[in-house]
Amino acid sequence: MNLAMQNIDLLMPEFIMAGGGLALLMLGVFLGDSAQRIVSNLAILVMLATIGCIAIHSSDGSLSVFSGAFQVDDFGRFVKVLSLLSAALVLVISQNYIEQKGMGRFEFPVLVIFAVLGMMLMISASNFLTLYMGLELQSLSLYVLASFNRDNLRSTEAGLKYFVLGALSSGMLLYGISLIYGFAGSTGFAEVAAATEGGLSLGLVFGLVFLIAGLAFKISAVPFHMWTPDVYEGAPTPITAFFAGAPKVAALALFVRTMISAFPGASEEWVQIIVFVAILSMVLGAVAAIGQNNIKRLMAYSSIGHMGFALVGLAAGTEAGIQGVLIYLAIYVATTIGVFVCILAMRRGGEMVENISDLAGLARSRPGFAFALAMLMFSLAGIPPVAGFFAKFYVFLAAIEAGLYPLAVIGVLASVVGAYYYLRIVKIIYFDEPAPALEPKMEARLAVVLCLSLAFTLGFIAVASPLVVSAEAAAYSLFP
Amino acid sequence: MSVGLGAYLTVAAILFTIGILGIFINRKNVIVILMSIELILLAVNINFVAFSAFLGDLAGQVFALFILTVAAAEAAIGLAILVVYFRNRGTIAVEDINLMKG
Repeated sequence: MNLAMQNIDLLMPEFIMAGGGLALLMLGVFLGDSAQRIVSNLAILVMLATIGCIAIHSSDGSLSVFSGAFQVDDFGRFVKVLSLLSAALVLVISQNYIEQKGMGRFEFPVLVIFAVLGMMLMISASNFLTLYMGLELQSLSLYVLASFNRDNLRSTEAGLKYFVLGALSSGMLLYGISLIYGFAGSTGFAEVAAATEGGLSLGLVFGLVFLIAGLAFKISAVPFHMWTPDVYEGAPTPITAFFAGAPKVAALALFVRTMISAFPGASEEWVQIIVFVAILSMVLGAVAAIGQNNIKRLMAYSSIGHMGFALVGLAAGTEAGIQGVLIYLAIYVATTIGVFVCILAMRRGGEMVENISDLAGLARSRPGFAFALAMLMFSLAGIPPVAGFFAKFYVFLAAIEAGLYPLAVIGVLASVVGAYYYLRIVKIIYFDEPAPALEPKMEARLAVVLCLSLAFTLGFIAVASPLVVSAEAAAYSLFP
Repeated sequence: MSVGLGAYLTVAAILFTIGILGIFINRKNVIVILMSIELILLAVNINFVAFSAFLGDLAGQVFALFILTVAAAEAAIGLAILVVYFRNRGTIAVEDINLMKG
């Protein structure tokens, strides 16, 4: 009994999030929509408190709760902090937008909290039941967030598409889990790992394929990416920024943990699938973005490509590969949030504009803004010495060490093709005939987040070593 | 004569396939898609319960109960989104959900 109580202590970050979310929901109901700003600020505080709680327990090592259904380790802590930070920054930048668009309802921060709580459960899941419950808590919150601008046709269409395809993917994932349960005899990752040690039976192969299909859908990897551009374009911009960050990070972490912890003996089978999915994602992300005019749609294809690059690290399947994935995710999140701040600042005459051509000649009217966006584009393209280069460097290095030469070569080629459309934006900003100028003032909240993102991107070399070291510790904690 | 595990799995596989086809072939109404999603989840439930009985392990039936609960929440959210969509668009025909191409 005493031991059980001690273990419950490990769930403190999740308890803070859950309790905080419920309390804020009550507060919002009592005070009404006028309290939106208060609830949002308190939600940011709850997330910071959770990060603090995780930091306090950072030296606990690997421990499991609920008969092994919930694993608390360095890997989980790293990814949780990343998701929480990205969600908190999204709440910071979304405040003024949702007030101006008439979406200032207190449910918004509450939904974000519950989505992040779902992500935290996913990240720590070491049983298929925990995995499913966390994934659904996250997905159900995200469906509502996508259609949060409920009087807008685009937003509701995005929500509807996301819901239908998300539910389909959950169904496939579940079917895979049911087959794995039947043929391995248990839903725990450790038990499944023991059952698959000597190779996979036919039923398990089918289960694994359905499972990977469902997970690939959640990280929007090709061929399960079709929802991404529509949802990114249709959802309100701060919510698109949220979709591009925390859920991708959490789903990829879940993907990594499932493959490494539950199927270590079957790595030959799943590595083939991951390599296939990674190549398709990188190539499609690079090629399909070229023809896009809407910058949110372009970011959707960009995120598809980036998920492909991150999967390269998983395909390597080694400690170095997982370390690469974690570094990639951290840099990707930091860069993407900066780009979305820039998109949020694209307004003309009080209206949001989203076309790439609206950025033409930005360098003459807004040199600082133009420089920031250009640097972030360099980072997404992976041009040294900005952060994005190191992200790609670590995953490709791991792939080469694991002997996956074709994957690494195709990845580098895809990143060259992808650089074309990032550099095209830089060219439009600096060399095209100026379009009518954007509104000159950027809100203080946006400017602060943009500066943080830019500082991280440009100064990555200076801050790299703590990040690399903690990513390494996180990656090692995943391997027994 | 008892019904073997294989028969249950076959029924579940058929229901699952009908559900998937219902989503992709259906060109008429979003409600049919919601029904197909339910069909997929029920197929999974049959799988879980059949395996659970066959293995003599209760975890599968617990899982099935969780899926039922989540399916209810999912249907509620799906219908809510469908209602706000209908208010804006005035139709829920699948072929009219085409404001954004993709």
